[in-house]
Amino acid sequence: MYQADVIVTLKPVVNDPQGSTIKSALHALGFAAVEDVRAGKLLRLTLDTDDRAEAAAMTESMARQLLANSVIEDFKISLVALEAPARSRRA
Amino acid sequence: MKTGIVVFPGTWSDRDCAYALHDVLGEPVRYVGHRERDLGDLDLVILPGGFSYGDYLRCGAIARFTPVMEAVARFAQDGGLVLGICNGFQVLQEARLLPGALLRNASCEFRCEWVSLRVEQTWSAFTQGMRPGQVLSLPISHGEGNFYADPATLELLQANDRIVFRYATPQGQVAPQANPNGSTAGIAGICNARGNVLGLMPHPERACEALLGGSDGLVLFRAAVMALQAAAV
Repeated sequence: MYQADVIVTLKPVVNDPQGSTIKSALHALGFAAVEDVRAGKLLRLTLDTDDRAEAAAMTESMARQLLANSVIEDFKISLVALEAPARSRRA
Repeated sequence: MKTGIVVFPGTWSDRDCAYALHDVLGEPVRYVGHRERDLGDLDLVILPGGFSYGDYLRCGAIARFTPVMEAVARFAQDGGLVLGICNGFQVLQEARLLPGALLRNASCEFRCEWVSLRVEQTWSAFTQGMRPGQVLSLPISHGEGNFYADPATLELLQANDRIVFRYATPQGQVAPQANPNGSTAGIAGICNARGNVLGLMPHPERACEALLGGSDGLVLFRAAVMALQAAAV
């Protein structure tokens, strides 16, 4: 099994009012060192495969088709192998 | 004009659209479920406002993959009239039937108020019979209506006269104080290259009689009727 974390953020050129609002709140709390905040989302997928390349390819495909909107968003994928072996549907 | 009103789980303006078209204008309407694959003999398909699939992931992102949207894409390709209102506009962009995206309002506030819109072009199916520069008064009701497109796309929209409505003052001046959500260039509505697919954030169906505060929304529906009559000649 693999755990795929997909982090979706707005592209740097796209204005992020949510991030700006969070930054203002952090400044109000006294965290003056905060230069910038970008808000995004984390999608954590559990994948029934032990093949890292397959996990990477399918996650990339899911991110392109649905999880991120390429007009406004970028995504990053990180994969971690999980302890339990995949239930093999092919057996 | 046979109108189909698409209903996704979470759509909320479907009945308002039916009221404007059927009860006020006397046009036949039917609801189209999100699993339907055949649009039959419809002339106009409306993707109404609301929160399809709870706005999960992104507004319109899940609705875009429903069976009915495949049918809507074919319908648009064949020249059928498609009107996406508010969440329907977001669905059309996710489906790549219209360019750009709608971001969270610059103020981060949900805005629910009447706005003035300047009519920017009169060649599309939904602006027939309008005057360029005409000002319409329509309500908005959204948290994510901040129109964004990259500079190349904006240039293309501008060059091909596909910016249909801009937020303006009641006098028709496009100005920052008249822009309720931070939309790039004050854009409130755009159409496709052929002019048969329109997306806009304001709600024409909620401005269909004086009792509601105005009836300017009817001009869009009447324009669609005119466009169909012109096409039939």
